[in-house]
Amino acid sequence: MKMTQRALLGATVSLALCGAAMAETTITVATVNNGDMVRMQGLMDDFYAKHPDIKVEWVTLEENVLRQNVTTDIATGGGQYDVITIGTYEVPIWGKQGWLESLNDLPADYDVDDLLPAIRGGLTVDGNLYASPFYGESSFVNYRKDLAEKAGITISDAPTWDEIKAAAAAMTDTEAGIYGICLRGKAGWGENMAFLTTMANSYGARWFDENWVPQFDQPEWKAVMTDYVELLTKYGPPGASNNGYNENLTLSLQGKCAMRMDATVSAGALTDPAQSEFADKVGFALAPDAGLGKRANWLWAWSLAIPASSDAKEASKTFINWATNKDYLALVASKEGWRNAPPGTRTSLYANAEYAALPFAKMTIDSINAADPTNPTVKPVPYVGVQFVAIPEFAGLATSVGEIFSAALAGQKTVDEALAEAQALSVSEMTAAGYIK
Amino acid sequence: MARATSPRRKALTTLAAWSVALVIFFPVLWMILTSFKTEPSAVAMPPQLFTADWTLENYAEVWQRSDYPRFFWNSVVLSLGSTLLGLAVAIPAAWAMAFVPGKRTKDLLMWMLSTKMMPAVAVMIPLYLVFLKLKLIDTHIGLVLALMLMNLPIIVWMLYTYFKEIPSEILEAARMDGAGVFKEIAYVLTPMALPGIASTLLLNVILAWNEAFWTIILTTTKAAPLSAFIASFSAPQGLFYAKLSAASTMAIAPILILGWFSQKQLVRGLTFGAVK
Repeated sequence: MKMTQRALLGATVSLALCGAAMAETTITVATVNNGDMVRMQGLMDDFYAKHPDIKVEWVTLEENVLRQNVTTDIATGGGQYDVITIGTYEVPIWGKQGWLESLNDLPADYDVDDLLPAIRGGLTVDGNLYASPFYGESSFVNYRKDLAEKAGITISDAPTWDEIKAAAAAMTDTEAGIYGICLRGKAGWGENMAFLTTMANSYGARWFDENWVPQFDQPEWKAVMTDYVELLTKYGPPGASNNGYNENLTLSLQGKCAMRMDATVSAGALTDPAQSEFADKVGFALAPDAGLGKRANWLWAWSLAIPASSDAKEASKTFINWATNKDYLALVASKEGWRNAPPGTRTSLYANAEYAALPFAKMTIDSINAADPTNPTVKPVPYVGVQFVAIPEFAGLATSVGEIFSAALAGQKTVDEALAEAQALSVSEMTAAGYIK
Repeated sequence: MARATSPRRKALTTLAAWSVALVIFFPVLWMILTSFKTEPSAVAMPPQLFTADWTLENYAEVWQRSDYPRFFWNSVVLSLGSTLLGLAVAIPAAWAMAFVPGKRTKDLLMWMLSTKMMPAVAVMIPLYLVFLKLKLIDTHIGLVLALMLMNLPIIVWMLYTYFKEIPSEILEAARMDGAGVFKEIAYVLTPMALPGIASTLLLNVILAWNEAFWTIILTTTKAAPLSAFIASFSAPQGLFYAKLSAASTMAIAPILILGWFSQKQLVRGLTFGAVK
């Protein structure tokens, strides 16, 4: 009897231990719907083969909805998500708030030193890496080489704004439906204001001075807005104030933009013959400068982070290590070619001969390296961020300013009126937020 | 006395009605057509209503990438659950307001309606915190409650309007025959107001099915309905319009079919009591 009881007890304990060992941890990953993220979801078999004890559930949302949901969850300590996809704007703010788990203790094979310094710098707060970049981007100029040749001009690898203006004028052929330049005009802090802020950086303008006083009443901003409105009014597509990333990319894929300044991440689509019949005619150049030492290119990364409220931090770190490791880039390359490897995160990717041979690789890495989020402007500023100001108030303020500037582009107000309105609004907001005493 | 309508006038009225219907339906038609296009055709400039390269690939990819049956089931549970629970609460409430009104009944009705005028985002954080505390986030019961509370003013108002059309003498007669409140509502009032109750049910199922604020905020994976399914294909930075259209078509198809088959009932209920 005693023997039977012992045997049963032993069997029960063994089963329980087995069960514990086999226990599956489920992590919920909140992400955006873009090509690279969709591709990762398709490659999950590799993750499950390596980590059968972790189950991943996806919540895929549109960027703004994701931002709203994740912000609500993280600010209230909801713990609904274990891994979140966040941008370079949120990381320094949320990291400082203590809302994110530090990723300093990822395994050695993660090779943190392989991360591109500019990208790593944007995701680090007080020496703590709070997010791991999944893909990074800057902005550059893409143009149709055949149209430049036809117009008898050459666009240098590192152009100035004067060169860009002259090229836009020379290549515009509205009768043939060719527009000299396509720039973001749609209102939004991530749309027209992302572009205008980088343009301002190169013109010597800045959002705020060292005392957080808005600077839209300064001559540098007047020069930025005058040139921006003139460029798009004279050489841009009709309805430019409604065009954002998608619209301008579509026009470029159809060959209707002779020149465009936008995200480096679109280079893959622009050089893909399946998506554009002008794929072999695309040239790239760095974002222009005005001779003041700063180029008009931004820096952005979609990164994976772990909310401090997650109750599956170890499993989440395992997932992040898999998704943002060098091995993942090689996995994508082996399945879908190097062109589709998530760009802009690791030095080793650009040292790879096959990747470096792609027409956009060098210009992408040069653009990323040219951006400095901790020193983004010609004059000193009290903030970090290239195309944004890393303060919580920025998204709302910049969207409002973006609406004013979009109206100026649409001809509903003059440049002077728009700048005066932007200045008054910014002063009011910054005073209310306590930045201006 | 009905006025005689000339054939010309009738033709003009018909033409106007079709034109308005086409304008209203056009975005849906555009979405359905886009769902059968390739991604490049979907974003072609200038836009093309028809294309040469029709495809079913978007549907195949959407089906393969998402667990559509789970989202669909959640939509059914949430829309039906919230509507039935809403009716269970609203029928007695509307009965009381219609047949035993108090001095402040009109004010109460107006206050209920006024809660609908408040932007949902104003109560987002408080409601989220309440749900968090009660562990109701991403649960069916939580969402059923949220949707029920959201639509309750409309349900009560609609039922109140229908009940007011029923002569109170009939209910009094039932009471004289010894019927209690429950029997009066269940066996006399409800059968008489059935067209109104049916249209209220249908309209609220549609409202709950299409709700896309709370259902996205308060769910992650387990209770997420088709609104979250659509949101997962929405991307401002990427050309996924064709797939987004396919996902949207799959999400609205069930409710579109339900609306089509029940339109007679819906119109009858919505115009109930409109002409005396």
